[in-house]
Amino acid sequence: MAKPDNTSEKSSNALLAWFDARLPVTPFWNNVMTGYYAPKNFNFWYYMGSLALMVLVIQILSGIFLTMHYQPNAETAFASVEYIMRDVEWGWFIRYLHSTGASFFFIVVYLHMFRSLLYGSHRAPRELVWIFGMLIYLALMAEAFMGYVLPWGQMSYWGAQVIINLFGAIPYIGEPLTEWIRGDFFISGATLNRFFALHVIALPLAIFGLVLMHLVALRENGSNNPDGVEIKANKDENGIPVDGIPFHPYYTVKDVFGVGFFLMIFAFVIFFWPEAGGLFLEHDNFVPADPLVTPAHIKPVWYFTPYYAILKAVPDKLMGVILMGVSVMILFFLPWLDRSPVKSIRYKGMWYKVMLALFVIAFIRLGMLGMSEGTPAQTIEMRVWTFVYFAFFILMYFISPGGKTKPTPERLTH
Amino acid sequence: MKMKPFAVFFSLAVLLVASVPAFAAGGGNLQHANINIRDTAATQRGARLFVNYCMSCHSASYMRYQRLADDLGLSEDAVMKNLVFSDAKIGETMDSAMQPKDAEKWLGKAPPDLSVISRSRGADWLYTYLLTFYQDESGGWNNQALPNASMPHVMWQMQGIQKPVYATDAEGHEAIDHLVLHRPGLQTPEEYEGSVRDLVTFLEYLGEPAQVKRKNVGVWVLLFLAFFTMIAYLLKAEFWRDVH
Repeated sequence: MAKPDNTSEKSSNALLAWFDARLPVTPFWNNVMTGYYAPKNFNFWYYMGSLALMVLVIQILSGIFLTMHYQPNAETAFASVEYIMRDVEWGWFIRYLHSTGASFFFIVVYLHMFRSLLYGSHRAPRELVWIFGMLIYLALMAEAFMGYVLPWGQMSYWGAQVIINLFGAIPYIGEPLTEWIRGDFFISGATLNRFFALHVIALPLAIFGLVLMHLVALRENGSNNPDGVEIKANKDENGIPVDGIPFHPYYTVKDVFGVGFFLMIFAFVIFFWPEAGGLFLEHDNFVPADPLVTPAHIKPVWYFTPYYAILKAVPDKLMGVILMGVSVMILFFLPWLDRSPVKSIRYKGMWYKVMLALFVIAFIRLGMLGMSEGTPAQTIEMRVWTFVYFAFFILMYFISPGGKTKPTPERLTH
Repeated sequence: MKMKPFAVFFSLAVLLVASVPAFAAGGGNLQHANINIRDTAATQRGARLFVNYCMSCHSASYMRYQRLADDLGLSEDAVMKNLVFSDAKIGETMDSAMQPKDAEKWLGKAPPDLSVISRSRGADWLYTYLLTFYQDESGGWNNQALPNASMPHVMWQMQGIQKPVYATDAEGHEAIDHLVLHRPGLQTPEEYEGSVRDLVTFLEYLGEPAQVKRKNVGVWVLLFLAFFTMIAYLLKAEFWRDVH
């Protein structure tokens, strides 16, 4: 026998050479994968980026298959979802993949953003990475909101009603603005159709473009790391960071492990707990939308409830809407609010650890209170945690320049 | 040990999140249905009760008879003979003989479609609802789980007639304490509870016909992913040996 291995290798090299002469395949691969050096001390939090990208792909693929059977029509939307659940082969799996994927997208993105608060990944020179990330987050919120309307259940309908009516609080243009968004005087088939168009085409395109920009901006300066020191400050004679390792194969293989671990949790929910006790799929959303019957308790899905609680904490509607808007928008300014000489929490003093812990508790408690009935006691608690939420950002601006820090190392501590 | 404070934050966060479902779940005095969705015989008996008692007024218009045949291990003939009383074909949906328009005219409000009722109400609520019909002072039907329900007690011949016993609470409000069987029905209370359990088992199945298959497939998916993750870990460890 001849040497088949050798021959096939030669022919694949020839094929690659043919492509390289016409398209920069190898240079691109070298640039973004094997020749891209990442810090070698990434920990748990650094899985979230690749996982978010994978969930995006899962959402797009499962979404394509749902679109093949779903009917964006007020008369048939609810029934078409049940048709997918019953009559389409593996339709229940596709649907749960998509509905669970939406919630997991937010879980992963929230952890991804929290990582930034831990290690200062948004700090110079990576402000634009953070800004693009925030834009992705905003687009994702719009995407999730419109997607939730599509099953056309009671929560789809009344949730949309409540959220769109928030715009009505704006003086002068409020009412016409809500009509412009709905395409009607109330939530109707016209609203459903335009939300479908935005959900399956406009917003995914926007998210895709923003993710690309997020990654391009990231590669420009390379990833931050848990120590918050620049690995490019220490290069060897070949110009390679001494504390860096090639992204491929080291982090690709590590991320594959992360993907496997993540998929186990993801699959567990899909196959054994798809409603997540009413958190991912709300019980009231299994009642078809009825404009004449208002559900006793209207609340958004869990990933919006922290902001919803901030809205409900304020007695005045317009002020509530403004404060809710500010609570999201303030995140854009994070790179300039944190003025500490060090990036990572590892070298910041106790002040930051306490502040961040309180902020995390505030965000989670607000999320829980946002789905509550809103008793007077709960409203008071919402106000307390809303105060803590904003205090985190304001205090950071004033404390961070002079706050106690520890000396940062020259090299990564590994 | 720099990771320690983060571990504390993280476990705190997990703890808070874990308490969310308990926080979100609504209570109420519901009886436990204790159904077993894998009990095919119970589901079949429930299907029979459903087509005999519920479908006079209610539809399950997202559900096809064919699906029933496939999932409950019944032949198409058996389904057509025992469960289809209209001129529906095996591939058609389980629609009530009563037209929604007529129903609205006769009853004031069309009875809700029951295809996904178990997903909005839950098995325990349905079980309690079907057990707590009673005859009130006006002589009409009322219900403890859904006061002033417009639905009559369709299975009264099976259960008999219950009447309420009132009690006055500490604040002086008179409320129903419990129900007593005023006139026995064709079934003993235990038999009737069994029948209701069968019916709720069917409604639970009807809410999500794929749920048994979902869990069965899920076991294999998780086993595969555990194996995959283990291999991925070994691969990662092998590559990373020269980093450490």
